[in-house]
Amino acid sequence: MVRAVLEPGGDAATALYIVAFSLFIVGIKQGTHPTTAKRGNLVAAGGMAVAVVTTLLLDGMGNWGLIALGLGVGTAVGVIASVRVQMTEMPQMVALYNGVGGGAVALIAWAEIRHGISEIDHGTIASIPLDTLIPILFAGVVGSVSFWGSNIAFAKLQDLIPTRPLAAPGQQVINAVLVIGIVAACVSIAVGNDDPSQLTFIGILIAAGLLGNLVVLPIGGADMPVVISLLNAFTGLSAAAAGFALDNVALIVAGTLVGSSGTILTMEMATAMNRSVANILFSGFGGAPAGGGSGSTEERPHVSIGAQDAAIKLAYADTVVIVPGYGLAVAQAQHAIKEVADELEKRGVTVNYAIHPVAGRMPGHMNVLLAEADVPYENLKEMEEINPEMARTDVAVVVGANDVTNPAAKTDPDSPIAGMPIIEVNEAQQVIVIKRSLSPGFAGIDNDLFYEPNTSMLFADAKQAAADIAAEIQNL
Amino acid sequence: MDLMTEITIFVLAVFVGFEVISKVPTTLHTPLMSQTNAIHGIVMLGGLIVLGFADDGLEYVIGTIAVAFGAINIVGGFMVTDRMLGMFSKKPKPKAETDGKGS
Repeated sequence: MVRAVLEPGGDAATALYIVAFSLFIVGIKQGTHPTTAKRGNLVAAGGMAVAVVTTLLLDGMGNWGLIALGLGVGTAVGVIASVRVQMTEMPQMVALYNGVGGGAVALIAWAEIRHGISEIDHGTIASIPLDTLIPILFAGVVGSVSFWGSNIAFAKLQDLIPTRPLAAPGQQVINAVLVIGIVAACVSIAVGNDDPSQLTFIGILIAAGLLGNLVVLPIGGADMPVVISLLNAFTGLSAAAAGFALDNVALIVAGTLVGSSGTILTMEMATAMNRSVANILFSGFGGAPAGGGSGSTEERPHVSIGAQDAAIKLAYADTVVIVPGYGLAVAQAQHAIKEVADELEKRGVTVNYAIHPVAGRMPGHMNVLLAEADVPYENLKEMEEINPEMARTDVAVVVGANDVTNPAAKTDPDSPIAGMPIIEVNEAQQVIVIKRSLSPGFAGIDNDLFYEPNTSMLFADAKQAAADIAAEIQNL
Repeated sequence: MDLMTEITIFVLAVFVGFEVISKVPTTLHTPLMSQTNAIHGIVMLGGLIVLGFADDGLEYVIGTIAVAFGAINIVGGFMVTDRMLGMFSKKPKPKAETDGKGS
């Protein structure tokens, strides 16, 4: 047995917790700058190590076998999952980790309810002091919402359930009823509903879980990053609430930090998509899939070409801009695309990559993937940087991107994506779109770009198409 | 700790959290979200305390699962963040803006 040396809530333990959360603050700060981000993550991890060791040294801790079991299983799962995960699957991984965090909070809240009751003779929930009970209820509700909401986000990104918005009629009403029910049940507990079976509390957890499901289900896949970020902030707040219940300063500060910094981050992400958080949560991207002016889906004329034609267009260009999107990530085409770029550069063609802020399913998603394929950092151009160059670009190659190139965002004020910043590929002399079909993207709307006279469609899997084009260029 | 002290700490932490996030380049949105996600794995301390002082069967089960969940959150969170950021620093040499690599 480990010799316990720290008094719970004593000065030594608190001082160590202060060290831990100071490291969190430094870590988050460093995480906002490209040069220090990696170090910042390590600093924050160091803070976590301090916090965990401090807690393990608290006087009176027992059940070491179970603690070892929990730590061992959790660490093993965490290590294996994070080593094995493909770069394309990072977003859903974050969702999953966020979910288990929320789940932990909900479980702790439940345990605290039981603990609080057992501390008092013939105790009931009502005999738990309010300054403990209210944070427990908050932690339970928000943790449960976060757990289930994150699981749905994971399932959507992993394509376990359709990424299209799923909404039942009257959904908002059902959600409102659930919220009112949860709040009413919490109030009834707080004002002295002596329910000895804790069924009311468990009912609250279940209702909150249902709410988490129902809130996230109607949201389209394209908006998932913002939702995950928001749930991340929620989990932080619920952790802070658990800190209030447990009188633990490390939980209060770290949880609150994540809650507030996560909120700012969520707003920045939403801004990058030119959407408000409320809009994302309550309207659903495809809320009116057929409502857009370009909604007519009957056959429209388009030009279809093969890999050889595409290779010729590219090889005789001076400047080429590649616009990657989620299709590239799904097809794992980043290495094949890099090959095409290498072949073109051998022929003296200038190749750049235009990165839309929300290309893929997470901001920064494309940067991660292309970096994996050794694409030089300086060839990745942000949208603001590349758009003025578009008119001087000979060929723009859109690889598995859709909505982020749709000119309707600029030209059609009735379009659901009106006002969203886009990569203006339609300004380029020629456009090649590599895509499996003409089917619409996450926004559920047709892309006018596909029917422009200077656009050629290459219908194929992105990886296969890129490999074919690279081979054809070599043969030229 | 009395409630008012805790609320003081809470309010100050809210402002620190707001202040610490300035303009983040979009490239770093995902890693930063992932890192803050790992930090809220701090709830594992709550799980440890619940489990460490547990004395009935159901609490053992709840506590162990909570600790396991928290450990996944912490370990997975920091490791995935590190992998993401590793992708960026893999080619740090040509990062200087005026590097003459015309490719």
